[in-house]
Amino acid sequence: MSRVTVPGPRRPREDVLDKLKPVVTKRWLSPGAWKLDVYEQLDGYQALRKALAYAPADLIAFMTESGHRGRGGAGFPVGMKWKFVPDDGNEHYLVVNADEGEPGTCKDLPLMMNDPHSVIEGIVIASYAIKASRAYVYVRGEAVHAARRLRSAVDEAKAAGYLGEDILGSGFDLEVVIHSGAGAYICGEETALLDSLEGMRGQPRLRPPFPATHGLYQKPTCINNVGTIAAVPHIVLGGAEWWKSIGSENSAGTMIYSLSGRVKRPGQYECSMGTTLKELIELAGGMEDGHELRFFTPGGSSTPMLTAEHADVPLDFDSVAKAGSILGTTALMIFSDQDCPVLACWRWLKFYAHESCGKCTPCREGNYWMVRVYERILSGQGDLGDLKILQDACKNLLGRSFCGLGDGATSCVTSSLKFFEQDYLDYIEGTKPPRFAAAAIGAH
Amino acid sequence: MSYPEKIHEQAREVIARYPEGRSRSALLPLLHLVQSHDGCVNDEGIAFCAEALGLTKAQVQAVSTFYTMYKREPAGDWLVSVCTNTLCHAKGGQRVYDALAEDLGVGHDETTPDGTVTLEHAECLAACDYAPVVTVNYEFFDNMDETEAIDLVRQLREGKRPIPSRGAPLCTLREMSVQLAGFADEREAGLEGNAGGDATLAGARLAAEAGVTAPAFDAAAPLIAEAAKDKEEAK
Repeated sequence: MSRVTVPGPRRPREDVLDKLKPVVTKRWLSPGAWKLDVYEQLDGYQALRKALAYAPADLIAFMTESGHRGRGGAGFPVGMKWKFVPDDGNEHYLVVNADEGEPGTCKDLPLMMNDPHSVIEGIVIASYAIKASRAYVYVRGEAVHAARRLRSAVDEAKAAGYLGEDILGSGFDLEVVIHSGAGAYICGEETALLDSLEGMRGQPRLRPPFPATHGLYQKPTCINNVGTIAAVPHIVLGGAEWWKSIGSENSAGTMIYSLSGRVKRPGQYECSMGTTLKELIELAGGMEDGHELRFFTPGGSSTPMLTAEHADVPLDFDSVAKAGSILGTTALMIFSDQDCPVLACWRWLKFYAHESCGKCTPCREGNYWMVRVYERILSGQGDLGDLKILQDACKNLLGRSFCGLGDGATSCVTSSLKFFEQDYLDYIEGTKPPRFAAAAIGAH
Repeated sequence: MSYPEKIHEQAREVIARYPEGRSRSALLPLLHLVQSHDGCVNDEGIAFCAEALGLTKAQVQAVSTFYTMYKREPAGDWLVSVCTNTLCHAKGGQRVYDALAEDLGVGHDETTPDGTVTLEHAECLAACDYAPVVTVNYEFFDNMDETEAIDLVRQLREGKRPIPSRGAPLCTLREMSVQLAGFADEREAGLEGNAGGDATLAGARLAAEAGVTAPAFDAAAPLIAEAAKDKEEAK
């Protein structure tokens, strides 16, 4: 179904090409790397052999030393998370969050489809470190091909002695279950995921207590993103100093930057942490002809949008925070002068309204009503008071919602009002034609 | 209970995956399983899950209605999902959805009168690098436009099975639901289905062509001493 739309883009400059650092994506070009025999030829399960020679506590210290941070959006230090799981001889769990669904985010699915054994190998190492004898991978329901290949990888790994009882003669036992979800964005929120995994509606839990002590089945549980886990074998093989040497300060290693939108060659670009949007656009062949960069999300729809002025911000945890946003999942949705930030926000809010689990009032009602205010503005029926309503609504969602979904919904609203207020005013003042007929959205 | 023995057998297998006393964890897979038999989650399916797990029907229904992949009315063999979230929307996803709705004469979550195709607009399908994206029974058809999408559903209604851009060769929604319940795809070709595409491999290819790699390392170097030694040197 692919259409050829783009003439061969200009080759990026050498120093920009040097930003590419294929580590987690290095096997993607090898045919059949998802099968055990090919994976083994490409260093597969070497890191596991290496890791099993150390005591679990040493592995945790090593992971702390490596500076590896979570790839699911929050960037929490992985070693610290592993250390939080109490070493008390009780039943522990590792839960891998593979419920990728944040708008813009599309790096975990290709990872699981193309290199599923790296996920399994990472799971065994992490489980050994936190002394978990059971691990669950919660895969987004719709990600059927990813789940298919993960299940096959589990079967292959088990048959080869990398999973099951007495793994590689170490005395360590581990069972892995690939668990498909059923269509709910909220289950990417870690405590909602746990409820869903326990067979309930996916609604977030009150914290404290935190999952590290009261997680799955109220037992100590470590929840890591699938991208976080897949990097672990590489870090174990390469060493802590190697991993740190690739990234920027406080942001060790590589990151898969997912470029989508108005660039010539959208796709997955694994680069050292701290690569800028301008460099990434160059790697992607430049902007589409006739399109000029106007705004982008650094890490999915829940991260405040940035503008063309931020194209030189190093995309790492600290620099993006300093620029007023969040690195998130490095899902760079790139929009141009031909895209409308108000329309973009409307559509994102429809998403949050649809995916709100309904547990808390600010998120359930706030998103529902903000969608309606956007429709009023976009149909040319808005007035200046609507901007105040939006700001008030955001104040009531941010920090007052039960979980991050409600917080995330406000990001696009407040950031677009900050950078693109005139776009709102254009609809309100009638200098821009309405997007919807007033009759089509009903009266409010 | 009118379910065949095979479903009962599979249900026992699903429940056995979870620790003793934690059988409720099997509820989501079991709901996929009854959907594989009924084409939706109906009252019988709810009763089946409730009995299998020792829950009330109300408890099961509360869960089944929370998740969008459980259909409340019998769905067609082919669930056609069109992403209309912001990025796909900007690149024409809404036009693709509108064209399909007009062509099929159905709206969101509705099935054609011949029972073959169910249409839905979907939230982000995690394929923004292939926008606008359409899935059929969750297998990807990338970079679609209106004409290609209409051609796709025409082929489906003619009984053909077009090859997805990424994912396994198509199977029916009921067959897919067995896999969602956690059972292996028994078709050899299923696992072999394409997982790479131009966008997926864009960065890896560019690096390979330019001869750019990550820094080399010594895999045999010890994990801990290495960190300790370097710290020492830094002092």
